Amino acid sequence: MTADLIFYALALLTLVPAFWVVNSRNIVHAGFNLLFTLLGVAGLFAWLGADFLAVTQLMVYVGGVLVLVLFTVMMTRVPRAEGSGGGAARYLAPGVLALGVFALLFKVSSGTQWAVVETGEPLPTTAIIGANFMTNYIFPFEYVSLVLLVALIGAAILIREPKGISGDGDSEAGDAEVQS
Amino acid sequence: MTVGLTHFLTVSALLFALGLFGVMKRRNAVGILMGVELMLNASNINFVAFSRYVQHSIDGQIMALFVIVLAAAEAAVALAIVLAMYRNFGTVNADTVSSLKR
Repeated sequence: MTADLIFYALALLTLVPAFWVVNSRNIVHAGFNLLFTLLGVAGLFAWLGADFLAVTQLMVYVGGVLVLVLFTVMMTRVPRAEGSGGGAARYLAPGVLALGVFALLFKVSSGTQWAVVETGEPLPTTAIIGANFMTNYIFPFEYVSLVLLVALIGAAILIREPKGISGDGDSEAGDAEVQS
Repeated sequence: MTVGLTHFLTVSALLFALGLFGVMKRRNAVGILMGVELMLNASNINFVAFSRYVQHSIDGQIMALFVIVLAAAEAAVALAIVLAMYRNFGTVNADTVSSLKR
């Protein structure tokens, strides 16, 4: 019974801020609401017995992605008139489509007879996940680390100041060396 | 009614629909990215819930870990693109940025 109450509290902590992530006029408020949604999802992971995943969610999403998002929000100034406007027509198509998708997902998830197995007490998962990464999932594990490396290099190149790309700085430095 | 798989699927469906709504409604590129993060989190809830209730093995959690890693990579690249866009166009409005050059 207590576990049920905790689940409903976590679901509220996830969904209510998620609503404001989507609907808040101020993009900074949306970013801070995203914090609570991500915390709620981490709580749901912990509720499901995925302890390692819950901590990873905290470290990667709350500690990394969210900080990046807030940095970007605060480095890009949005004029006040730009964020709104368009009237109710702007909400119509997205609202209808989102409601349709939710109705479809809810119909499938509640209408299907899932082959639910009896679940015992959740066990610590860290050792099992580590062993799987080194055995069954060794190729995806190495591959995703390569993807991360490429993404890091790509982000660093994208964010470089345009002056650096033309190579003026390098040629000037070369000239200085020749003169001296 | 005790909490089971359907509860988690419903929460995840709501989160996914909210994320989809945000992606389609927002004009700010960072706001669109926030919607994408919501949708990825919804899929992760599904992975972990099925891993606990149906399959009762670790595979779903490992898949959720890969999703988290890819979401982090996607956020880094997408935010770099948004900053480059802001530098070149002076705006982060996804509707006005529609040309390949300035």
